[in-house]
Amino acid sequence: MDDTELTQLDPSYTTVMRIEGLLATLPFVIGAAVLSIAEVVPAWVPGVPVLILAIILIGILPLKRYRTRGYDMSSDRLRVVKGVLFHSDTVVPFSRVQHLDVEQGPLERMFGIARLILHTAGTHNSSVTLPGLRHEIATTMREDIRQHVKRESM
Amino acid sequence: MSEVEVASAGEEIEVGEWRRVSGLSIVVQGVRTLGSAIIPAAFILFGAASSEDMLGKVAPYAIPILLFIIVVNIVPAWLTWYRLRYKIGANDVRLEQGILSRSARSVPYDRIQDVSLEQKLIPRLLGLVEVKFETGAGGKDELKLSYVSEDEGERLREVVRELVEGADEAAMAPAALEQGEKPQAVAKDTASTLLFDMPPKRLFTFGMFSFSLVIFAVIMGVAQQFEMFLPWGIEDLVDRVVEDEQIREATGYFSSLGFAAKVMAVIYALVTIIVVGVASGVAKTFVRDWEFRLERTGKGFRRRRGLLTKTDVVMPVHRVQALVVSTGWLRRRFGWHGLSFISLAQDSGKANHDVAPFAKMHEIAPIAQEAGFSLPDGDEEWRRPSSAFYFDRGLIQALFVAVIGIAVLTIAAVEASGMVPGLFVIGGIVLAIIAFIAARQYYLWHYDRHALDPAQILSRRGWLAPRTQIANRVKLHSVEIEQGPLGRWHGYCDLVFGMAGGSFAFRGLSVDNAKQLRAAVLDSIASVDFANLPR
Repeated sequence: MDDTELTQLDPSYTTVMRIEGLLATLPFVIGAAVLSIAEVVPAWVPGVPVLILAIILIGILPLKRYRTRGYDMSSDRLRVVKGVLFHSDTVVPFSRVQHLDVEQGPLERMFGIARLILHTAGTHNSSVTLPGLRHEIATTMREDIRQHVKRESM
Repeated sequence: MSEVEVASAGEEIEVGEWRRVSGLSIVVQGVRTLGSAIIPAAFILFGAASSEDMLGKVAPYAIPILLFIIVVNIVPAWLTWYRLRYKIGANDVRLEQGILSRSARSVPYDRIQDVSLEQKLIPRLLGLVEVKFETGAGGKDELKLSYVSEDEGERLREVVRELVEGADEAAMAPAALEQGEKPQAVAKDTASTLLFDMPPKRLFTFGMFSFSLVIFAVIMGVAQQFEMFLPWGIEDLVDRVVEDEQIREATGYFSSLGFAAKVMAVIYALVTIIVVGVASGVAKTFVRDWEFRLERTGKGFRRRRGLLTKTDVVMPVHRVQALVVSTGWLRRRFGWHGLSFISLAQDSGKANHDVAPFAKMHEIAPIAQEAGFSLPDGDEEWRRPSSAFYFDRGLIQALFVAVIGIAVLTIAAVEASGMVPGLFVIGGIVLAIIAFIAARQYYLWHYDRHALDPAQILSRRGWLAPRTQIANRVKLHSVEIEQGPLGRWHGYCDLVFGMAGGSFAFRGLSVDNAKQLRAAVLDSIASVDFANLPR
C-alpha cells in the first residue's frame, strides 16, 4: 500500500489554515502597531518581521501543508501522511481502533469540513487525526471503520 | 448512606453488598499525618523554649497543643473512613468516598487488568494491605482500597479475579463460537509453579553490582532539610572550613606528604567512596527485592518482593505486551541480565514490571517462554540501521561539544591573556570527547540491530550494556514512519510502533527497509482480530 496514490484532502482545508494563520498573526500585528505608535523604534522596523511571519503563516505554510497531507483508506487499514519539515506516515489497522471521533470547529463548520480522529490503545499514536475531510466523507469513513472496531481485549 | 447496611470488614465477601475498609486505617492515616505535624510542632516548642528562658511559660501549653494536633488529625481520618464504602458488584467494583463532596467511581470487570496488593511499613505492622485495581489508566485514576486486613485483601483478590475471568469469558464466548470452537476451559487457580526467586546470596551479588552513591545525596538532603535545627548550618560549616585554618592545614599537611603518601591518600578516598557505594547498593537491593518470588499461577504471573514495603502483583499472561532484557556494562561480563515485562498496568509508577531483575540467561529463557515469547536464537535475520544515521548523530554531538569547547577556550584565553599550558589541556579534553563520540557512534552502528521473525519484532540497542526488546507482532496497534529533515536528506527514517503501555521503535532505518518491515508487520496485525486471539 506504500505505492498507491494518496487521496488529497478537501481544497477548502487550505482556506481554513489560511484563516487560522491570519488569526495567529493578529497578536503580532497588534504588538507591532503598539511598538510603532509608541515610537520606541522607527515605525517600519516592527513591520518587517510581522510581514515575514504573515507571508509564511498565511501564504506559504497552508499550501505546503495541504500538498504534503493525504490519506489512503483500504479495506482493512487507514494510512495518514503529513508533515512539511518532519514527515510522518502512519498506518492504523481498523481492527486496532478503540473508538472514533468526528470533530468540527466553528471555522471548519463554515467550510463544511471535519476532522476524523482514530483512537488506538498504543502509547505512541494513541490518537491519529486526519483533518480537512468533507464532513460527509468523514462520517462515511467513520461508519466504514466502525464496522471493524472490535471489542478491546488487550 | 445511613439507610444502607454497611458490612464491617472481616466478614465473608458477598457480591453486591456495601463494605468498609478496615477501621485500623484510621490509625495508619493518623500516624502518617501526626508524624508530619508533631515533629515540626515539637521543634517549634523546643525552639521557643530554648530561645530564652521561656520553658516555664511554654510547658503548660505543650500538652493541649499536642492533644489539639492529635484531634485535628484523627477526626478527619475517622470521617474519611466512615464516609468511604466499596462494593464488589456483579459487573463492577464501586467506590464511594468524600466527607462533604462525594465521589463515586465504578470500574467494570473487563477493564481491570490485575489486582495487586501493597504493604508499606506502618500498615504492615498493623497487618493491613492496600488493594489496587489496575486498569491501565495509570496513576490517579486507579481504584485503590487503603487499607483492608491481609486476609480480606487476599479474599478480595480471589473474588475479583474470578469475576474478572467471568467477564472475560462472557465477552469471549460469541467470538469463539463464531470460529466453531468451544470456549477454552480455564484452569482453576490452584497450582502454582515457582519460576524464579532470589535467595539472599543472589541478592547480595545483585547488590554488589548496584553501585549507588545516592546515600551521599540523602545525607546532604536530610542535613539541609533540618539545618535550622542543627547548632551549625552546613553552609556555615563549609565556609568555616574554607576560611579557617582547617583547609589550609589540610592542604599544608597534604603537600608535606611524600608522593607515595599522596597516592595512598587518594586511593584511600576512592576506596571509601567505592565501599560506601557498594554497601548502599546492597542495602537498597535488600530492601527492594527481599524474598523475591516469581510464580506461574493458573492465570498469570505472580510476583512478591520487598522488605519494608511488601508488594504482591499478578500479571495475566495475555496482558504482557513486550519483553525487555537489559544488563549493565559490568554485570554483563559475568553473565547477569535482567528481564522485565511491558504491560498496561503500572508497577509502582514504572511502566515495566521487573520479573527477573538479576538472572542468568538460562533462567530468563523459560520465563520468556511462559509469557509466550521466544528469545533470539540466531535464526533471525538481523539488520543494521543506516550508517548515515549514526554519522549524522555523531556529527551533531561533536559539533555541540566543539562549540562549547571553543567558547570555553576563548574565555580561558581572554582570562589568562595569552597562551598558557592550561589551554592545551582544555583543547586536549575537547578532542578526546569528540574522539569518544565518534568511536561510540561507530560501535553503536556496529552493534545496534533489529529483526523480524514470524511472530515477533526484536531490537537490540546499546554498546556496553545492550538492551534487547521483543514485542509480539499482533499486539501492536499502529505503525508509523517518521522522517526529519536530516533523515530526508540522507535517506533514513524511524519506524515507530504503537504499543500499549510502552514504546518500541527502530531508529535510523533505510526507508526501503522500513517500508518492507511495516508492510510485513501490518499484514500480521490486520490478519488477526483481537477477539480471536488466544487468551
